[in-house]
Amino acid sequence: MLDYEKRNGTVCVRLSGELDHRRAEAIRPELDGLIADPGVRRLVFDFAGLEFMDSSGIGMLIGRYKLMRSRGGSVAVMPGGRRVERLMELSGLYEIIEKLA
Amino acid sequence: MKIINEMRLDFWSRPENEALARMVISAFIMPVNPTLEQLGDVKTAVSEAVTNAIVHGYREAKGLVRLRASLDEAGGLSVEIADKGRGIEDVDKARRPFFTTMEDSERSGMGFTVMESFMDQVEVISQLNSGTIVRMTKRLAPAPVLAREA
Ligand SMILES: Nc1ncnc2c1ncn2[C@@H]1O[C@H](COP(=O)(O)OP(=O)(O)O)[C@@H](O)[C@H]1O
Ligand SMILES: [Mg+2]
Repeated sequence: MLDYEKRNGTVCVRLSGELDHRRAEAIRPELDGLIADPGVRRLVFDFAGLEFMDSSGIGMLIGRYKLMRSRGGSVAVMPGGRRVERLMELSGLYEIIEKLA
Repeated sequence: MKIINEMRLDFWSRPENEALARMVISAFIMPVNPTLEQLGDVKTAVSEAVTNAIVHGYREAKGLVRLRASLDEAGGLSVEIADKGRGIEDVDKARRPFFTTMEDSERSGMGFTVMESFMDQVEVISQLNSGTIVRMTKRLAPAPVLAREA
């Protein structure tokens, strides 16, 4: 169900539509299945097509950040629209998660 | 201030109703021509309060969530989300950024902070084992002077 690309130890997940509590719960098992492979060192979220996010998305990101970091890996985000970015800034998430150009 | 429209919606505490609540509140405020920014603010704040009613109020057991909203003639929105769930022990503490009682289910503790940042006023009334009401207001209409210039 997830739209993703896996290459050279990096998994890039493209999220579109709405990232709320329901969606976060729905994608978590598949997401964690993808990064369960110890060869995955970096998880990148592409938010370009994301139309809505609330604090459940923030919780999901912090959770993946903790998971990746516990294995010496990292998480990065390709920014979305104004709405999504406003939430990212409000939560200070870019202090721990890399923002890609 | 004279009320020009009012609505009420009751729904089960099911996660798919988070999207339902966002759609309903968007459609309700459309007639006063909110900016995209205002529309996004209101949708997000309502999404936070409804999600809280479902995941914290009822812990995903079945219960009723009530969404009420009214608009006044000056474009003032008042919206209320109520549940009859577990209630909040310490509201001041709950409103602090990053405070959550459900860290293991990946809540961020940012819900109230989002509501406070996106709305003009947020009032929380809660009683343990009896329920929670979140009341929010936001002025949506543009300043009359600007409207005349256009
Ligand atoms: N409707 C509610 N019923 C019971 N507890 C609530 C409700 N809304 C919020 N809370 C409490 O307030 C805390 C903070 O809420 P919030 O800021 O939205 O963060 P989060 O939902 O990520 O935990 C929650 O963890 C919960 O303990
Ligand atoms: Mg919340």
